[in-house]
Amino acid sequence: MRKPREYDDIPGTYVFDYERSHRGYHLNMFCMSLLKPDNRDEFLADEQTYLKKYPMTDEQRRSVLDRDWLEMIKLGGNIYYTSKIGATLGHSFQYIAGMMCGMSQEDYAQMMINGGRNPKGNRSLKEDT
Amino acid sequence: MAKISAGVATSHVPAVGAALDLGKSQEPYWKPIFDGYEKSKAWMSDASPDVVILVYNDHGTAFGLDVVPTFSLGVTDIYPPADEGWGPRPVPDVYGHVELSRHLAEALIFDEFDLTIVNEMAVDHGLTVPLSLMCGQPEAWPFKVIPLAVNVVQYPPPTGNRCFNLGRAIRKAVESYDEDLNIVVMGTGGMSHQLHGERAGMINKEWDNRFMDDLTGDVKRLIQLDHVEYMRETGAEGVEMVMWLIMRGALNDKINEVYRFYHVPGSNTAIGNIILENI
Repeated sequence: MRKPREYDDIPGTYVFDYERSHRGYHLNMFCMSLLKPDNRDEFLADEQTYLKKYPMTDEQRRSVLDRDWLEMIKLGGNIYYTSKIGATLGHSFQYIAGMMCGMSQEDYAQMMINGGRNPKGNRSLKEDT
Repeated sequence: MAKISAGVATSHVPAVGAALDLGKSQEPYWKPIFDGYEKSKAWMSDASPDVVILVYNDHGTAFGLDVVPTFSLGVTDIYPPADEGWGPRPVPDVYGHVELSRHLAEALIFDEFDLTIVNEMAVDHGLTVPLSLMCGQPEAWPFKVIPLAVNVVQYPPPTGNRCFNLGRAIRKAVESYDEDLNIVVMGTGGMSHQLHGERAGMINKEWDNRFMDDLTGDVKRLIQLDHVEYMRETGAEGVEMVMWLIMRGALNDKINEVYRFYHVPGSNTAIGNIILENI
């Protein structure tokens, strides 16, 4: 059983520890394969067939096909890897970030221009700090 | 004798590199960032180092999750820009200083820092964006570069204290190299940023500025910061600021801050840049 971690109370955060890394290994290594142009072409031509080359779970494959960026993270994806899917599809990082926190790209970009998300209230689930 | 004259820290946001590559640096969104680096570029040109030891992290580009080395030193003569999913950046190849890097590898391992040695490696935005910010768009980079890659992707990264001590060992190793070389150490990454999850976009200006203050004011505090504090206060990906402490460790105890720039936002990230000269 996974032992509780001090960082578990950080809201909206999925620290990429060894448990998550193990769970997401094949999902992330699929993402890394997209660094090669031929693989990007092959993926874009037939996503389902390409995804079957990697022994990930059906729910991980589904999260990729659904462009469910937050779900990919919850299933062990690491943002530096899943963002390679974004690059392959022509999405900016801000688009993906907005999708993960339920905001349009425009609203997310505006939040950043306004100074970013305030740490107050976002430090811990335990207290409104 | 080779000598470290100064340290530079800077963020390494990929979108900043893309803005420069796509000719957008004078657009209103990006201009304040590139304006902020004008003085840094002038300083770098004046400093005219022979070699830059560039501390950065790879982002699932050269290193996957199959093998995760904590500290990796490049010891070869050329590092091409990597394809990160949209083709390689249109920037010059990065040339290493083979002899010095071999010397560093040997000296550091005998000093009990068990580095991974890299003989072939493409370098991603983590390394090339800092070069662009500090040098602009030259035909060739004006100095040799020795890449030192630090794992900050797979938790846990090395501690701040370990990073600082590695910096100290680098200083000692450099000073045992016979050739007269002027060396600048760069620490990259940061500052506040969270790139994933529902908390994406968190920025903590106060924390970042205090971190920059304490590079000169209270290094002891900085090297004791634990990973949970970095992640809680500056965003999960903000933990990569431990790499700045390698740069700080490579400098003398007494230093002068000669320039600082801080700007929010650079895409998802707080952009920080500081230049520290040895006294």
